[in-house]
Amino acid sequence: MSTPATRPTRAPRTAGTHARPGGRRKRPLTGAQRENRTGLAFVTPTFVVVLVVVIVPILWTVLLAFQRARLVDIQGMGLFGNWSLQNFSQVFSSPGFWSSLLTTLVYTVGGTAGSLVLGLIAALALRRPFRGRGLLRGTMLLPYVAPVVAVTFVWEVALSPQYGIVNNWGTRFLGWHDPIAFLSTRSYEVDLLGWHVGVPLALLTVVAFETWRYFPFAFLFLLARLQAVPPGLEEAARVDGATPTQRFRYVLLPQLMPVIALLSVLRFIMTFNKFDDVYLLTGGSSGTDVVAVRVYDFLTARFDVGAASAQALVLAVVLMVLLGLYFAFFARKTQEEA
Amino acid sequence: MSRAQFEERFFGVARWVTIAVLAIITIVPFYYMLMLSVKPIDALLLDPGSLWVSARDFTLDTYRSVLKPTSEGGQGFLRMLLNSALVALGTVLLTLAAAVPGAYAVSRLRFFGSRQVSALFLAVYLFPATLLAVPLFVMFAKVGLSGSLVGLAIVYIAQTVPVSIYMMKNYFATIPYSIEEAAALDGCSRLQTVYRVVLPLSLPSLMATGLYVFMIAWNEFLFALLFLAASPDRWTVPLGLQQLAGGIEVPKTVLMAGSVVLTIPVVVLFYAAERLLTEGLTSGADKA
Repeated sequence: MSTPATRPTRAPRTAGTHARPGGRRKRPLTGAQRENRTGLAFVTPTFVVVLVVVIVPILWTVLLAFQRARLVDIQGMGLFGNWSLQNFSQVFSSPGFWSSLLTTLVYTVGGTAGSLVLGLIAALALRRPFRGRGLLRGTMLLPYVAPVVAVTFVWEVALSPQYGIVNNWGTRFLGWHDPIAFLSTRSYEVDLLGWHVGVPLALLTVVAFETWRYFPFAFLFLLARLQAVPPGLEEAARVDGATPTQRFRYVLLPQLMPVIALLSVLRFIMTFNKFDDVYLLTGGSSGTDVVAVRVYDFLTARFDVGAASAQALVLAVVLMVLLGLYFAFFARKTQEEA
Repeated sequence: MSRAQFEERFFGVARWVTIAVLAIITIVPFYYMLMLSVKPIDALLLDPGSLWVSARDFTLDTYRSVLKPTSEGGQGFLRMLLNSALVALGTVLLTLAAAVPGAYAVSRLRFFGSRQVSALFLAVYLFPATLLAVPLFVMFAKVGLSGSLVGLAIVYIAQTVPVSIYMMKNYFATIPYSIEEAAALDGCSRLQTVYRVVLPLSLPSLMATGLYVFMIAWNEFLFALLFLAASPDRWTVPLGLQQLAGGIEVPKTVLMAGSVVLTIPVVVLFYAAERLLTEGLTSGADKA
């Protein structure tokens, strides 16, 4: 925060306010009071929008989750009425809730880890200048800035068993017997040394998409941090005979750790709540029914506002518990190390 | 060969392989999109594995068909582009109007709750958009904003103001306070100081933030789906593309042309302002 540094310079103005002859009974405002008023006035527009479009809806969701509410009768309904816990019992006992939560976790952890690892590899590879680096750096951000709907559509076409290029090349060059329906295969049988293993193919494809789409985000932040590492550190390690892997493990990684931790939390939150990507790729079928898509289904297919709210609330609570655990255990640890 | 020598050599090669692979996985999907958009559908079905367009197949009919209004047998993307542009530009203007004073207050002024306010704004991103979707859906239906572009823009403002404040606050902190004092001595009020002194100085940050907001609003899908799905003449481009991609009537290559039309504005803006944007987003990351 910049306030402590600028504090002393404000003193003269405050004195000036006091020097004004006090003709009226009401004392003129002090500088601090005026600053307080201006500050409040300046944040008011933002606060109002956030209040109306974010905070009030969240509180209302909490209320709705405890009521019997369907879209048809919500118009005439009061804010409070028909209290019940039925939505929650319905959510917890409905078929597929626990598996959907598990799917969400696998998707989130996979997508977060994948995008971070690929982003880190990319940042390390593009660290030193070479001809065309600036252009490549910009180009690598394309998956992140391009519209989701457009890129999911491209993936869908490319992976299609009928006219997709991936299956065409797979059968032509890689010797696949049949085209593989990447986005609609819940479990793909693979023979591993005589064992039949079912691979959750659609889920893995969605995770791969997530990795591809969000690695630029991690790459951007990691590259910025890498370039701020003092060159002397690595130079010293090199003089002492450290190999590249050792320099990475003992010099660069500790420097990157705070950014990696922050990115993990950010990506985890974003992916956990993600709706668009899964909905657009698979519609939540074939073992990719993450909770966010289930909420949407409750809302639009069954018009069950109460159950949708309860489901969304459970998702938010699970996220908060996970974040709480993270900050209780890991954040303190990294702080001690740093 | 010592371990150090081996590793130096290995990573020397691995680095170029990695760079090549990264270039391929980021460029090829977009090339694929562009290539399919200038092909007739028969050419795609005949040879799905080809990565080129022969001169004989090359066509721009896909674009004509996707842009033409529905009344003339097209897909009406021109209309959707207009809708998207209206929503995105409106969001940018209003978001900046709210975020500039907000960011200034957070970075410069001490007021009641100034510590808590940025935490509150960032909490916006903690809740799933689907959690907001239910009540917003009902609220907008009540006040008659569902199915309107204005309602959509309001939601986008709430989603983008917090990150805009975050981006601009860091930049405002770099402007020397003495300049503002000079303005105050010359008789500027606080608001005048912001608009006459701080804003012109922070034009790069303003541009970067505006572009970022534009991209978010242009690309957004979930709320457009919730509010506008039932009124086709107000569809934004992402929504229109998704709605048509579900059916089988429209050839995939025509929709690829639609994807290109949807992607190009964002990519052009991004390249025009890449440096501004990446610095605006990551400023502070290198100090962590």
